[in-house]
Amino acid sequence: MIENRPIITFLSHLFLIFGILIIAFPIWITFVAATHDAVRMVQIPLPLLPGDQFFENLKETLTRGMKGASAPPVGFMLLNSLIMAMMIAVGKIAISLLSAFAIVYFRFPFRMAFFWMIFITLMLPVEVRILPTFEVVANLGMLNSYWGLSIPLIASATATFMFRQVFLTIPDELLEAARIDGAGPLRFFRDILIPLSRTNIAALFVILFIYGWNQYLWPLLITTDQSMYTVVMGIKQMLDAAEQSPDWHLIMMTSLLAMLPPVLVVVLMQSLFVKGLTETEK
Amino acid sequence: MLKRVHFGPSALPYLLVAPQIIITLIFFIWPASQALYQSLLIQDAFGLSTEFVWFENFKELFTDEHYFGAFKRTIIFSFSVAALSMGFALTLAAMADRVIKGATTYRTLLIWPYAVAPVLAGALWVFMLDPTLGIFTYMLGSFGYEWNHKLNGNEAMLLVIFASAWKQVAYNFLFFLAGMQAIPKSLIEAAAIDGAGPVRRFITIVFPLISPTTFFLLVLNVVYAFFETFGIVHTVTQGGPAKATEILVYKVFNDGFIGLDLGGSAAQSVILMLIVIVLTVVQFRYVERKVEYT
Amino acid sequence: MNFRKLTLATAVAFALGGASASTFAATEVQWWHAMGGVNGERVSKIAEDFNATQSDFEVVPVYKGNYTETMTAAIAAFRAKQQPHIVQVFEVGTATMMAAEGAVYPVEQVMTDSGEAFDKSTYLPAVISYYQTSDGELLSMPFNSSTPVLWYNKDAFNTAGIDSAPTTWDDMKTASEKLVAAGYKCGFSFGWQSWVMMENYSAWHDTAIGTMENGFTGLGTEFVFNNDAVKTLLANVADWSKDGLFKYGGRRGDSLSMFTNGECAMWMNSSAYYGSIKKQAKFEFGQSMLPLDTAVTDKAQNSVIGGATLWVLKGHEQDEYKGVAQFMTYLSSAEVQAWWHQETGYVPITTPAYELSKEQGFYDSNPGTDTAIKQLSLNTPTPNSRGLRFGNFVQIRDVINEEMEAIWNGSKTASDAMDDAAERGNALLRKFEKANN
Repeated sequence: MIENRPIITFLSHLFLIFGILIIAFPIWITFVAATHDAVRMVQIPLPLLPGDQFFENLKETLTRGMKGASAPPVGFMLLNSLIMAMMIAVGKIAISLLSAFAIVYFRFPFRMAFFWMIFITLMLPVEVRILPTFEVVANLGMLNSYWGLSIPLIASATATFMFRQVFLTIPDELLEAARIDGAGPLRFFRDILIPLSRTNIAALFVILFIYGWNQYLWPLLITTDQSMYTVVMGIKQMLDAAEQSPDWHLIMMTSLLAMLPPVLVVVLMQSLFVKGLTETEK
Repeated sequence: MLKRVHFGPSALPYLLVAPQIIITLIFFIWPASQALYQSLLIQDAFGLSTEFVWFENFKELFTDEHYFGAFKRTIIFSFSVAALSMGFALTLAAMADRVIKGATTYRTLLIWPYAVAPVLAGALWVFMLDPTLGIFTYMLGSFGYEWNHKLNGNEAMLLVIFASAWKQVAYNFLFFLAGMQAIPKSLIEAAAIDGAGPVRRFITIVFPLISPTTFFLLVLNVVYAFFETFGIVHTVTQGGPAKATEILVYKVFNDGFIGLDLGGSAAQSVILMLIVIVLTVVQFRYVERKVEYT
Repeated sequence: MNFRKLTLATAVAFALGGASASTFAATEVQWWHAMGGVNGERVSKIAEDFNATQSDFEVVPVYKGNYTETMTAAIAAFRAKQQPHIVQVFEVGTATMMAAEGAVYPVEQVMTDSGEAFDKSTYLPAVISYYQTSDGELLSMPFNSSTPVLWYNKDAFNTAGIDSAPTTWDDMKTASEKLVAAGYKCGFSFGWQSWVMMENYSAWHDTAIGTMENGFTGLGTEFVFNNDAVKTLLANVADWSKDGLFKYGGRRGDSLSMFTNGECAMWMNSSAYYGSIKKQAKFEFGQSMLPLDTAVTDKAQNSVIGGATLWVLKGHEQDEYKGVAQFMTYLSSAEVQAWWHQETGYVPITTPAYELSKEQGFYDSNPGTDTAIKQLSLNTPTPNSRGLRFGNFVQIRDVINEEMEAIWNGSKTASDAMDDAAERGNALLRKFEKANN
């Protein structure tokens, strides 16, 4: 740092560690709850230290499936979540790159109309328009399919908007140079724009993967076939089992499993994620 | 908006925008226009009898004190979430910016609640503060405070604020840290030579320089709290007790999805859409300006 | 690279989608239900057992979330012409379902049209009266019905020196005082408060909740539950909470853990919590009938049920309804009902199932488990005690919950809160009347 003040540096570390503890505490509690049995989880005070049931619970969760929801085992639901999250992330990045490219690099009739049509979808969450959207999906025969799970959630402008910002910051000289080399629009797109937006694509991938993974109400509404259940949906169902008290140890174990993939994605891709996110915002 | 240098007219751009436009039309514009039409109807749940009532649903909303209550509550909630998570993130970022050594490790340890599903975040917080079982409730109890968010509306509000802010700290932290690390070190050094202490430097140099980031985050956090906290409210309080945590998005859901009052709920969606459009335009103009002048 | 990934995901999606869409030889009957947890497993078992008895039909149980989510999902599906054959709807959704004449296929008619024998007289009057039209046609098949009872902690009663379970509200107070004096955190608590403290309280004391026979005879009904009896009781309960005699623990069954971990020694809620309490409580417990408010009447009437019934939705092929009818017969057979009742704590819906449980000695080995059914059939139901039929009642219950919570946290008096609840409830009733005319 600028000047050497060990006490302040020490305090900074202390505060950061304190902050991490606050942030991590809920997860610690989750982990602890996942290591005890059902009886221990209704005795006050609840444990602060892990018990010895971790592998028992893990086994039960993975093999037995969602208790009574007649749902497939958690492993299967994790796979569904993964497919749904991937389809949303990849699909949305693909269509947004294309449309942002068209809007920034072409002059054509109705360009602005298209832009605003996309733009207006920027923020309205699915929950708010869920019933009419359901009718559309049902009429298209997309219930109980990965398409139905993912495509309606792709209809949002955030990604298009972000790529538009990125493309606008790319120097015009690049296009001029590409033209001199005789490159057509698609080659320019593939060889210049995509490589230049790599970090942004990565950042968006992280955001969209998490967004897709964490969906609850939409999958609940459009799936009736157990083989399409996602894991977040499964946890919510364990929480409100009618006229019974929740099995916290199993819920928390499932929660841990459900958290793992998106957390891994964020943590492993963090440097790209941070770069891609913050660079467009500067 | 458009590049000074661009490609000439051809069929290609239409092909390029087609996938997005088709998806938007089918899965957004059409359902949204259905909602718009629905907001002018009074209809039974199954859609068997329908009456066109013009703006009666809106009139009813604007004379409903509970709707205004939800409005006010949403504003309080959003700004509390923004203030809490941004304040905490800003402090952490300032510290992390200072220590350099280990900053990446700290970042890794702080970043992941961002990945936790709102429904899960809600479940965790409910579990910790359950009036009978919760570990925090027990701790508070040993200090003589009886926590019961199922009865006390303020406590319920605090709980959803905490859960929502907790999830958002990571995101804010990233932006603040990046913003601070972009400040030229020479500026800080100059101030240090002038004898300004760390706090003073933060107030006079760092904070003003990251104010664009702060503004951007403020809009983002408010939007987050307005719309994306649905899952949290849904698992933590279901809007209760006595509507204490019923924010606008939740009310749309509750009246439409649970209460099956489709017209009234659609009318609320329409109002929400208008709010979204306003917020979008604000943010858009801000971002546009930045692009032009930097 | 992105496109390759997309193709991969697509391939995986197709592969899995194809696998899940394997065809069934038997005609499929979709049954959407709201039973999570252990009861969900039992529901699946019933369906599996039925499927094993014949080969023409396959009943497919699908868990669709909690009661409200299940009902809304079915309605949304109906609007999109994708409805299931059978949907489980909780009792407060009855009026909404009933009003949807174009969507609902009355269960009695399903049975007749499919030539399935159906003897209504074997069903318990208190159970089916809730789901009949005013001229006696049964609209939906009772499945999981329960009624609130008073659960009590026998060990705590011994410690506090209480001899027997309270039978009146005065007893409730004395017992709670003794419990608190003996060091317990609270005397009693309850869940599903509108159902227990207002709806059942009114039925139990034979007072009306709304006009027009609690809504049975028309959509023009208005609430009258804001009467002195209800107000006085709620005011008293709120008063007692100051001394810790009563402690509020949340909506639905949220307060269950207060009872099972020994904090509160009495708990009023559904008889269907039997399984959970048995699993969790580390003390001797018992159940008895709801307390009587002697200021209102000196003779209890009967309590009303809660829980859910199975509704049949229109819009499928006629021979598919044959499967529905056969399944309904199987479901209400004495064996299945007795098993379901003994496993879950829901009441048996037919007299044969009740008799069978008696024969099997279930009540002797599990004393108190017949409290619910005795309480339901204490007297022949009157217009005040055969149930209620109010439109928009899902929302109205929320309103009542809200207003009651306002009483418990002291922000409103019982009298104001109940008046407000009735007023807001009436507005919702009018809205329903308008939407269904």
